[in-house]
Amino acid sequence: MAILGLYNYWIFIILMMCGFYVVISSGNLVKKLVGLNIFQTSVFILYISMGKIIGGTAPIVMDKAAVYSNPLPHVLILTAIVVGIATTSLGLALVVRINEAYGTIEEDEIHAQDREEAL
Amino acid sequence: MIAHLPALQVVIPLISAPLCALLPAGRAVWLTAVSTSWLAFLIAVLLLNQVLAHGPVSYLMGSWPAPWGIEYRVDVLNAYVLLIVAMIGAIVMTFGRLIVERRIRLPEHKQPWFYTAYMLCLTGLLGITITGDAFNVFVFLEISSLSSYVLISIGRDRRALTAAYQYLIMGTIGATFILIGIGLLYVMTGTLNMGDLAARIPAVADTRTVHAAFAFLTVGVSLKLALFPLHLWLPNAYAYAPSAVTAFLAATATKVAVYVLLRFFFTVFGAGFSFETMELDRILLPLALVGIFSASVVAVFQTNVKRMLAYSSVAQIGYMILGISLVSVTGLTASISHLFNHALMKGTLFMALGCVSFRVGAAKLERMAGIGRTMPWTMGAFMIGGLSLIGVPLTAGFVSKWYLVVGALEKGWWPVAVLVLITSLLAVIYVWRVVEAAYFKPAPEGQIVREAPLALLVPAWTLALANLYFGLDTSLNVGVAQQAAEMLLGVSQ
Repeated sequence: MAILGLYNYWIFIILMMCGFYVVISSGNLVKKLVGLNIFQTSVFILYISMGKIIGGTAPIVMDKAAVYSNPLPHVLILTAIVVGIATTSLGLALVVRINEAYGTIEEDEIHAQDREEAL
Repeated sequence: MIAHLPALQVVIPLISAPLCALLPAGRAVWLTAVSTSWLAFLIAVLLLNQVLAHGPVSYLMGSWPAPWGIEYRVDVLNAYVLLIVAMIGAIVMTFGRLIVERRIRLPEHKQPWFYTAYMLCLTGLLGITITGDAFNVFVFLEISSLSSYVLISIGRDRRALTAAYQYLIMGTIGATFILIGIGLLYVMTGTLNMGDLAARIPAVADTRTVHAAFAFLTVGVSLKLALFPLHLWLPNAYAYAPSAVTAFLAATATKVAVYVLLRFFFTVFGAGFSFETMELDRILLPLALVGIFSASVVAVFQTNVKRMLAYSSVAQIGYMILGISLVSVTGLTASISHLFNHALMKGTLFMALGCVSFRVGAAKLERMAGIGRTMPWTMGAFMIGGLSLIGVPLTAGFVSKWYLVVGALEKGWWPVAVLVLITSLLAVIYVWRVVEAAYFKPAPEGQIVREAPLALLVPAWTLALANLYFGLDTSLNVGVAQQAAEMLLGVSQ
């Protein structure tokens, strides 16, 4: 039961590994970015999970004494989400430029063109 | 005003970034960027003086008390790194105008964006160095990384685009690892302030979570600093970026990553945890040695001189990591002073190559044939940088190698000392290949090459002369580095 109780951490690890695998294995530059996105999103789940306190409510000051969830990890991860968006958009912009320059977004075809040019 | 120097160090370049974007292309935007970067350098000098005279400076952002608010904490180590970053930032920006006008792939009306990206990169690097908050490190790291991907991608060669893309993938993985590491530390300690973390980690140090945090941080930062075998993004990124960008990034970005490593190993986790409990030196030492040796060998076989120097950078990073893995005052002094000395030599070399490519196009060996006679000043600066890279006495590069060899001998690791000397000989070979092409080969028929313009030569020579000066007067580059090393290891001064 202890293992099941930590299921959000398991989801974090599974998502992280899925994303990481896609980044490494895929030869398509857009798919790589999709993998990178999943990889980053998994970390958001890690942060959001650790702010949660069982029985805690939203951190708004009330008259009754109450248990609050920790808002700090949520705020931190807002920053990381913004960073993730910036990274994805910059990555996609680069892919557009690569497509204009090479006419392809497949990694092996790009390498082949670079090798031809070097000869 | 003086009390707010730590905030101004980061805020001034940050504000000038949007300002540069609003200005029209031309002199004004360059002047804004140059004056800002020299102002940042002035602030770094003042901060270092203040720290040397009165001890560490603590600045509370918005007066929120630490550890709740964000604290900027300047001690000898990061004041020293701030000085390196700001100095190189200012000199390379002075160098950069002609490169931006003629040598990058941007139409004229978009050129101000180059300065915006450069200023953001400078802000990020200064911010990583000055902050005392672990999460703040991640934020500034991403500011500097995202802007450096942009800067690399505007090189003239289309391979700059793929190099920037590859760096983006690797850099983001590294930064996300750092984020996970910081998150795991927060879970265990409930704090993000580095000083507070250092105080709370010992109580929970024996848990798997802290061990995992340590591993994530080490791998993440090692990706950013291009430690062998995580260096694969670096050679292409440096080779195809515009030369001003290469000079700036080669001299600062990896140095700041080494600083982050030092900060986490010694201040946050403590030397005892990092090197006795986790026995990190056993991993760092072989990686550093293999990195130094293999990258030096690969450098010998490159025909693109920029790429050759990029591999040499991987080897030089190996020297810095080697110094850390000695875990002694001498070893750390070698590492920290090599941050400064390597910034000087690589800044000089890449700026000299910038002058070369300004006149002959790409910095390839065959195109450099005979230019020692047609561009004597440029190649003179290159020679000084090259001698410093080899570690010839009377240059800055000699000083840090000397401490590294002494540090290895202190430990009785004479094979390590021998390897440092052998790899210096490899540096002789690859620097010699450039010298041979430039001075001993006839220029191709009909090639008319003029000396580079003064606007490029003056900054390159400023750094070249600094290589000689700091080889003779080591009170700044070694004296301060030694103080920083003693502080990190907790040795009383």
